[in-house]
Parts: sequence; structure tokens; C-alpha cells
Amino acid sequence: MTIGTPTVDTLENSGKRIVVDPVTRIEGHMRIEVNVDENNIIRNAVSTGTMWRGIEVILKNRDPRDAWAFTERICGVCTGTHALTSVRAVENALGITIPENANSIRNLMQLALLVHDHVVHFYHLHALDWVDVISSLSADPKATSALAQSVSDWPLSSPGYFKDVQARLRKFIESGQPGPFKNGYWGNASYKLPPEANLMVLTHYLEALDFQKEIVKIHSIFGGKNPHPNWLVGGVPCPINVDGTGGAGAINMERLNMVASVIDQLIEFNDKVYIPDIMAIGAFYKDWLYGGGLSGKNVLAYGDVPEHANDYSEANLKLPRGAIINGNLAEVHPVDHADPEQIQEFVTHSWYRYPDETKGLHPWDGVTEPHYELGPNAKGSKTNIEQLDENAKYSWIKAPRWRGHAMEVGPLARWVLGYAQNKAEFKEPVDKVLKDLGLPLSALFSTFGRTAARALESTWAGHQMRHFQNKLIASVRTGDSYTANVDKWKPETWPRMVKGVGFTEAPRGALAHWIKIKEGRIDNYQCVVPTTWNGSPRDPAGNIGAFEAALLDMPMSDPAQPLEILRTIHSFDPCLACSTHIMSPDGQERTRVQIR
Amino acid sequence: MLGIGNILWADEGFGVRAVEAFHKAYEVPANVTVLDGGTQGLYLVQFINEHDRLIVFDAIDYGLVPGTMKVVEDDEVPKFTGAKKVSLHQTGFQEVLSAADLMGQYPERLTLIGCQPLDLENWGGPLTAPVKTVIPAAVDTAVRTLRDWGVAVAVRPEGAVVPPLLENDIDVENYECRAYRPR
Repeated sequence: MTIGTPTVDTLENSGKRIVVDPVTRIEGHMRIEVNVDENNIIRNAVSTGTMWRGIEVILKNRDPRDAWAFTERICGVCTGTHALTSVRAVENALGITIPENANSIRNLMQLALLVHDHVVHFYHLHALDWVDVISSLSADPKATSALAQSVSDWPLSSPGYFKDVQARLRKFIESGQPGPFKNGYWGNASYKLPPEANLMVLTHYLEALDFQKEIVKIHSIFGGKNPHPNWLVGGVPCPINVDGTGGAGAINMERLNMVASVIDQLIEFNDKVYIPDIMAIGAFYKDWLYGGGLSGKNVLAYGDVPEHANDYSEANLKLPRGAIINGNLAEVHPVDHADPEQIQEFVTHSWYRYPDETKGLHPWDGVTEPHYELGPNAKGSKTNIEQLDENAKYSWIKAPRWRGHAMEVGPLARWVLGYAQNKAEFKEPVDKVLKDLGLPLSALFSTFGRTAARALESTWAGHQMRHFQNKLIASVRTGDSYTANVDKWKPETWPRMVKGVGFTEAPRGALAHWIKIKEGRIDNYQCVVPTTWNGSPRDPAGNIGAFEAALLDMPMSDPAQPLEILRTIHSFDPCLACSTHIMSPDGQERTRVQIR
Repeated sequence: MLGIGNILWADEGFGVRAVEAFHKAYEVPANVTVLDGGTQGLYLVQFINEHDRLIVFDAIDYGLVPGTMKVVEDDEVPKFTGAKKVSLHQTGFQEVLSAADLMGQYPERLTLIGCQPLDLENWGGPLTAPVKTVIPAAVDTAVRTLRDWGVAVAVRPEGAVVPPLLENDIDVENYECRAYRPR
């Protein structure tokens, strides 16, 4: 079966143009423009933004062993994932292997970040796209308790508890400083949950806010501090001293037991709170299965979580690796980061300049030369764009392509790949969700599918953490306390010129760093981040990016309230999720919407 | 005591550089936490919850002359952190305060030591001169505030070995010696 992917030829931009611009300035932020037809169905979508510009120049001539500390600062949410990707790139370039204990500890840190990110993303950046805060105030606490107890045996579920939370929420909302609950599109017809379900999920919003701090304790233990834990080329920076009493950051049994306790708690939270909430939302949004975009057509994952150290082959990676194109789930293509024909970035529609823009560049040969200009049909000025011209350059995001195809990356891409590869730990949970909701497989390829895949992955990750925790404990009990290989620490031991690539599955999708090292210093450094894949603009062949594709054919209840657009864009967990709720000059948090 | 901002983005790094300078020069008792918050946004809420009082260093667009320091306190703070959005993390920080409020853990005292930035768009750039010049005064303000609150702040003895707040080439000296200067 071959399914065509959307290109500019299928778009229709004659209808009303709606500009959702969360920001007053274009740099550093994200903006969506769509055209809707007479039935308010989206027929053309344009996504633009930048979270990315110039890490290449920042890192030039720096010490490759410190690159992780810089990449950790690129953005506030993917810190550890960038650091891990960076140390892997340097190790790949220099042929450095890491000890098994370091592999287990890195997996624990990466998986903890993934669970933390997924939980915080769902409850604090995405839930209010599904949950109507004002509606929750009219919920009956008794009925809420009955609902909660029917879906989970989580103990915090009495009528009195929900009554107290509801009173707290009411007080907060009516205080005049309702913070995150200000200026939502409350009452919009695209909100489908009954008041009791709204109150239940909102209660868990508060619980998750408190619980998330437990998860990052794992980063403090293994990374020495949080935020900004420490990483190390060649392994991990924490020594193991299993009989020690806890001095100077060494890992001892007390700390390992603390990690085990956090893992138990997060597994329980996933099973008893997160998954039941997703299922409750799924039950009421069964008829709202828009937003699939590229997910059922073109998906890409690099794979991650190596079972054994130093083996990054597909068979050794616990998160799926591969590419599916044109909806053919029967064929998963191998992915090679080093092949110059596979991953290429185009800038035809991006604010950069290449010598020949009809061609893409592989990241090792990547060029980042800013070139900001608006197309002839753009409206407004360079500092105050009213409307973009998507036929010209229109985004600070480059357009990465895999063998010329626009791809979706992220939890749903990973789970579609795992499903297509018939891996039981991916296929069975997906089939169960679909069966319990009475939905066909096609329902997976939707905004809800993206949100559900993230929850399933959080659960999966919790159990993987337990596995690597047990593996680490078993290893240290045999007397293996080896956590860092420093054989090639000194630049004198390095070849004069080398190149390498490191990859991970960041919470929001496939992430890779390409590095060239010359005479002990960084000569070139290119990152292709998940939101570059998903948020990419068009390419020379007219393929549109994953955000743009996901918005097509989606109806809006009210074009002045871009609730459905935010719901679908947030379902990708874009790096800029936090910036889509913004401040206007009077301190009001809101998104500016213009209908032209 | 919290410094927030992105050190890779020129004057966006003011808050982190200010807290770094404070840490280098002063010792605080065990009940004071000195934290480089970076652009962590909502992930900082537990630190707010665990403490009674908060001092924040941040680059804020007050519409003043670049390099102007402005200090606001208590109830005025949320207004200013949301007054004009100059970067991604600021949304995050107002949300942090809201989240702490929602959890019933809003700081009982709050001081924002802000500085008007000149350049927020130079990726890889250092602090600009007018903003860098403000750091000693910002640190002094923090010290005075702590002392007003009854905290025993002490100047570090000369030659003291101080574990750095930022390491691996991103501390201010190493970062800036090879920082990107495009113009």
C-alpha cells in the first residue's frame, strides 16, 4: 500500500488566512498561519520558527570534551539528551568505548529524562488543550470520585479530596492571578470532556507538578546536580563506591536504593494516573481523530537505549530504529547517519544561504549562513511580519529530509516503527489501547495517537529503568565499579582529523549531532534536532513538514480560537511548547490571532 | 538565590552570570541555595517550593536604557516578569511563580534584580559591555537584600578555592575568551 504524502500541490490557500502568532517578534519563536475554507476546515498550513541558530559558531575551536556542556544550554527542556548526544558524537569520532556500568547509568538518566519530560509535557503543556478548566468547577466531587475509582485504584480519589481540590482551583481561578489558567479557550465546542473528567485530570495536573521533582532526583544522584547534571566523554562522571557511606557524590547502596524507590513511584504514577487519564480523554475524543499528518505515512527514528555498551546497531537498541515511507508499514528501511545520501538539510524555504539551494547538504558538510529576507507576497515588514510568503524563504528552521522525504519523528514515530517491526512491547500496548477504546489502527495516526504514544512510552521507560537499575546493581555486586574509560582522554592520543556522529531519541524525537575534530579542537558541529524535523518548512520538491501536514483537513470550531491548532502542534511536544502561551504587553498571557 | 537565562544568547545570560559572580565572591549559610537555573522554566518549581524567600537575577525588558539595573520586590515581581516577553524562559518563569502559587508555596519575600539588555539575538555572543558593567552592582544589591533578611553573607577569603558554579568551558572567563563576535 502506498499513500501519497502531502505536497504544496494539494494545498488550497484561497480561503481566509488565520495567523496564530504567539510572539511579537519572529526570532526565536514559533508562528502558524493557516488558510481555512468556507467550512472552517484547514486547507493550507505554514509553520515557521527558530529555536536553532548558530551552535556551529559557538562550538568552533572549542574542546570536544566540553561540547556537551554547551549543547546542554541550547534549550531548557532537552538538556541531558543534548549532552548525551554530544558525548556519543565525540566517542564515535575518537573510537572511545564506555564501560557497561556507564551504559546502564546513561540509560537510567536518559529514561528518567524521558519520563519526566513526557509527564510534564502532558500535564503542564498539553492537558489544557483537552481539559476545560472552567468546566471542572461545575463537577460533582462525588461523581468525580466514582469516575476516578472506576478507571484506577490510585488512592487519592475520595469525594472529599476532589472537593478540596476543586475549592483550591476555584480560589486560584477567581483570585485575579490565575496563571496558567488565564485566557484559555474555555467553553470552546472542541472541548469534549464532562466536568468530572475535567476535574479528575486537572487534579492530576496538580499532583504531577509535585511528583515531577522526584523523577529528577535520579539526575542529581548520577549527574551530581540538577539542573544541568554532569556528563563525561568516555563514561559517566560518578564513581561507584558501593560500600561507601555517601561522601563526595559516589554511588553507594543508599543512593541506588533511592533510585529504585523513584523508579517504583514513577511506574505506579504512569500505571495509575497517566495512562487512565489518557484513556479517559480517548474515550471522549473518539470522534476527534484529526492531526495525523505524516505519522501514518513517513516516520523516522534513530533508536536508543542500548542494551550493551558501545553497540548502536538496530538489534541492540531497545527503542526502534528505522524509516517508513509512503505508509508502507510492511517495510522498515535501515537508517545510516554517515551516508551522505540519506539525511540532508535543505534551505530553499529557510532563512539561510547555500551555494546551490536546489540540493541538500549532509550535516557533516552543513553550512549555517543566515540570510533573512521575505518573499514578494509577504505582508508587513521584516520586523513586523503580518503574513508570510511560503513560496519564498519563511522559517529559521532548515528542512531536513530522509532520502528526500519529509518525516515525522517523536514518540508516535517510534511506536509506529515498533508496531511495524512486530515488537511485542510496542504492538501489544497499542492494540490494547485501540481495543479498549473500540478504535481501528488508523486512529493511531492522529493528534490523540501522538499523545497516547507518549504515555505508553512513559510506562515502557519506567520498566526499562527497573531493568537497567537491576543490571547496574548486579554488576556492582560482582565488584565491577568501572564507570569511565579515560584511555583516550588526552588530545595527544587523538588522530589529527576525525569525524563522528552521535544520536539519541530525545523525548520529542530523533536527535543527532555531527562533529568534525581537527588538531584537538572542534572544526565543525551540526545538530539536527527533533523540532527541526517536525517543524520544518517546505523543501525544493514541495514536500511540507510534519506540523504543516498535521494541520491539514482539520476543522476549527471557531477560527478566532485556535484551540485545535494548539492541540495538534502541542501533541508533538515542540521544543517551543512553552512559547505558544505568551505574554502580551499588559502582562496577559495569550496568543494573538489575526484573521485576514 | 536564582540566576536564570541562556548564556549562549548574549545578554540573555545576565541572570546566570550574575549568580555566578555572586557565588565566586560570597559565602552563604547552609539554608541559602545559590542556583544556576538556566532556562529550566517550570522545572525550577521545586526549588521555589523548598525555600521561603527568593532573589532572582534576570535580563528584563523594561524599556529602559540598556545596562540599567532595576530592582522590584514582592507583589510587583509577577508584573515585571510578564511585562514584556524577551525570551523563551520568561514565560517559564512566570509559570514557575504561578505554579508555586497554585501549590500554596509562593515565596513570602521575592526580589527581582533585573537588567535592561542590549542584545538578545547574538547566538554565541558574550554579555554586552553595558550589561556586564551592571553585574557588581547587581551582586551588591543581592548581598544587601540578604543582609536585610538577616542572612549572614560573608566575603570569601582571598585565595579561597571555590567550587565553580559553571564548569567545562562555560564559566564566564572561558566562555567569553572565545565567544562569537560577529560585528
